[in-house]
Amino acid sequence: MNQDYIRNFCIIAHIDHGKSTLADRIIENTGALTAREMQAQVLDNMDLERERGITIKAQTVRIVYNAKDGHEYIFNLIDTPGHVDFNYEVSRSLAACDGAVLVVDAAQGIEAQTLANVYMAIDNDLEVIPVINKIDLPSAEPDRVIEEIEDVIGLEAQDAPLISAKNGINIDAVLEAIVEKIPAPDGDPDAPLKALIFDSVYDSYKGVIVFIRVRDGKLKAGSQVYMMATKASYNVVEVGYFGAGKFIPCEELQAGMVGYFTASIKNVRDTMVGDTVTEKDRPCEEPLPGYKKVQSMVYCGMYPADGAHYEDLRDALEKLKLNDASLNYEPETSVALGFGFRCGFLGLLHLEIIEERLEREYDLDLVTTAPSVIYKIHKTDGTVLDLTNPTNMPDPSEIEFMEEPVVAAEIMVTSEFIGPIMELCQERRGIYKEIEYIEATRAILRYDLPLNEIIYDFFDALKSRSKGYASLDYELKGYEPSNLVKLDILINREEVDALSFIVHADTAYERGRKMCEKLKEEIPRHLFEIPIQAAIGSKIIARETVKAMRKDVLAKCYGGDITRKKKLLEKQKEGKKRMRQIGNVEIPQKAFMSVLKLDDK
Amino acid sequence: MKELELYLHIPFCRKKCRYCDFVSFAGCEEMTDAYVDAVCREIQTAAGYYHDRKVVSVYIGGGTPSILNCGQIERLMECLMSSFRVTGFRAKRRGLYLQKKSLPEVEISIECNPESITPEKLKLYRRLGINRLSIGLQSTDDNDLKMLGRVHDFHTFAAAFEAARTAGFSNINIDLMQAIPGQTLSAWKKVLFLAGTFHPEHISAYSLMIEEGTVFEQLYQEGRLDLPDEDTEREIYYYTRDFLEKAGYRRYEISNYSLPGYECRHNSGYWTRTDYLGLGLHASSMIDNVRWKNTDDLPKYIAGADIEEREVLSREEQMEEFMFLGLRLTDGVSRKRFFELFKQDLDHTFEGVIPKLRSEGLILSEGDQIRLTDRGLDVSNAVLAEFLLTS
Repeated sequence: MNQDYIRNFCIIAHIDHGKSTLADRIIENTGALTAREMQAQVLDNMDLERERGITIKAQTVRIVYNAKDGHEYIFNLIDTPGHVDFNYEVSRSLAACDGAVLVVDAAQGIEAQTLANVYMAIDNDLEVIPVINKIDLPSAEPDRVIEEIEDVIGLEAQDAPLISAKNGINIDAVLEAIVEKIPAPDGDPDAPLKALIFDSVYDSYKGVIVFIRVRDGKLKAGSQVYMMATKASYNVVEVGYFGAGKFIPCEELQAGMVGYFTASIKNVRDTMVGDTVTEKDRPCEEPLPGYKKVQSMVYCGMYPADGAHYEDLRDALEKLKLNDASLNYEPETSVALGFGFRCGFLGLLHLEIIEERLEREYDLDLVTTAPSVIYKIHKTDGTVLDLTNPTNMPDPSEIEFMEEPVVAAEIMVTSEFIGPIMELCQERRGIYKEIEYIEATRAILRYDLPLNEIIYDFFDALKSRSKGYASLDYELKGYEPSNLVKLDILINREEVDALSFIVHADTAYERGRKMCEKLKEEIPRHLFEIPIQAAIGSKIIARETVKAMRKDVLAKCYGGDITRKKKLLEKQKEGKKRMRQIGNVEIPQKAFMSVLKLDDK
Repeated sequence: MKELELYLHIPFCRKKCRYCDFVSFAGCEEMTDAYVDAVCREIQTAAGYYHDRKVVSVYIGGGTPSILNCGQIERLMECLMSSFRVTGFRAKRRGLYLQKKSLPEVEISIECNPESITPEKLKLYRRLGINRLSIGLQSTDDNDLKMLGRVHDFHTFAAAFEAARTAGFSNINIDLMQAIPGQTLSAWKKVLFLAGTFHPEHISAYSLMIEEGTVFEQLYQEGRLDLPDEDTEREIYYYTRDFLEKAGYRRYEISNYSLPGYECRHNSGYWTRTDYLGLGLHASSMIDNVRWKNTDDLPKYIAGADIEEREVLSREEQMEEFMFLGLRLTDGVSRKRFFELFKQDLDHTFEGVIPKLRSEGLILSEGDQIRLTDRGLDVSNAVLAEFLLTS
């Protein structure tokens, strides 16, 4: 295959701006797939993704396009995840491309998330083709959006195709622009193999299927490959390319091509995204740039609601881990919740996705503890401890000082909401950096924010205070010293370890008070009074009381209808089963999660 | 000879009360005759199975049974008395005669509403052997009555009560409803005092419950029902107990008070698990540890529909019922009786439950008897749920 007729590209778009729909149209219009074969949205094939309208794992497809110049082109459409939690994965997917189609909603214009990805694409030397979507909306303002693209990103957008992916308007123009504007791959087929891993999935028959972009050289079955970062080596069993929703084996992959290989690899951890694959016997001189070891940013405890399902949870996590190199877990025990796991995630969305998959695909009922970031505890003996579980915090007398992770955040917001959003950032201990007006009515706010202020309910608060108009992007900036304390919650004078968390001393009182209030709402009245207290060390800083139940009686026992009475009692007993017994207090499972959502504005 | 209680359901009312979720219909007078016929048929069929049982009580409930005219109630009672062995009575070719003039062995009750009681009906009830009346008063305050959706006023009740005494009824219950919307403790005191001046033998004082599908439920959902708070409700409840105890009434069940010897035998039977046969629309039965319920579809019932739910009680279910029904009575349950019935030890069966509830001050255990404390009565649902074995 002549490299001149290959185009490797991705689509960049904000959630809901039509990425998956455009991908569908491209696949339909290239004729590689009949309409009947199409799933509603070919690229997103996980249920959850479809429901949430976001792409979690990158899916990639190879299609054939007969261009107006009379040649047949191979398009490799590489899908990218669409959330800040998966920034690194996005950057590696982009690195596998030569160009990107930027989809912008003709009514909404550019969003922070899009902007971040466009900059990332430009950093990766991709040719970016803007496309204006949803031009058939009554609220469409293509001229304004074109101007915005030119002003904000500095991209030539005058001849950007005006399309409607949903209604199939002007898709041809996009296809032709891909052929004309995105450069063909370069690379030396005769040089030593140099290929970028941009994704992998675990298949129970073939082992790990590794998604690669070949930069130099060739790869075929039987080759001995070597991963330069993880230092694993394998014998390639199969190479191939991506049909829509299936893997199609082929002879060899060579420079410029996108495809996969399998090598009976049992562990996705040997094939980390961003790593460089080369030949064992004839390695390339140096790996491709940009590899990073993914690190969990957010930790939380996950416990089966019913202790008897501990083994099931372990098995499910094991299976998910096969496919998700960024998921970490290790067993832990909580006095309140019993046996479970401390799990590490890329971010809160990643956490929620794993939680939902465990509940949905593995039918598990979970109790999740408050998420925590990794704190660095500098102890008086000179050692540094990475703290992921607040319960393990050493005694304050052993602590010299603590550090917390801080992110550089960019919030794009329309001007009317700048005030409320700045207030929010201020409340969350944000340090104002700058404000940049990208046009008269829109600005980017830059703040340094402690990560632990973002992982609770920051997204929700951002959305509710901007009526959904603000969008957020962030990246880890580093660790900074901070005056942190461990806040404990005592229910009926017993400390509930699963509710302990670490908080800045200045906001401890406020957060403690809100947590007590929230728990008061969630904990049903018992036959006795239940004090709920927030404490730092032995000092109580907030208190609420769940009053004792005065009355719970069925005044009238209907004639002979005993069944009805029994049902009522059974319901009462059933309700108790869904609760956690802490001392002699029964706490509903959802109380553990509800304390994470404390912003009430 | 095995005992049996009979319940007859009359699902008709002049008007549906706003709190009521019983199976009853307003404005269906034209169906009453057909309904009485259907019940008579059911009586005769059922008697085929149970005629050798000793009937210990009869309860005609509703709805409003007093809405039936003289001919209808006579037909029902004659059919019943001639089909079952109702101790103390014997059927003659025409009419019924009391064998003993003294206190009857069998309690035969009918529920009445003040507006449909007439001297003629009362006289007939007496002749038919009915020896206990239960009159729905609910409140002595006409504004309350209007708000509850009752048809009568207090004056109508007073006249009806006098007529009942004149007719010779010496065992009368008054139904009262407490903690109704807008009610304060002092308003309730007045209601209770006025009701007390009639010297009924029995008073049922139920706290209002908001039931699904009622007008009150809808108002409640819309936040338009001004219910007394829990503390007021309990104050009203405690006041009722104290006031009536001083007046010589004993609280023998959570919401029931009587002069000594006038406890409602029929209802006590439910709580001590005596077998009972329910006749009529949506009536429930329990015989030999099988529970069932008739259809609640009136046209279907008239056409002769079969029963709808049938449930055979397991041993565990029988044991838990023994507890959660028996503990509604202030005398509580007997360990000895439990052992006689189930041939196993009560404390062992509900392992750990009794010591736990005792330590929480919810039950008292005195020799053979186990009963709820006052606090245990307040939160009886939570206590009784502890005795469920099967879920």
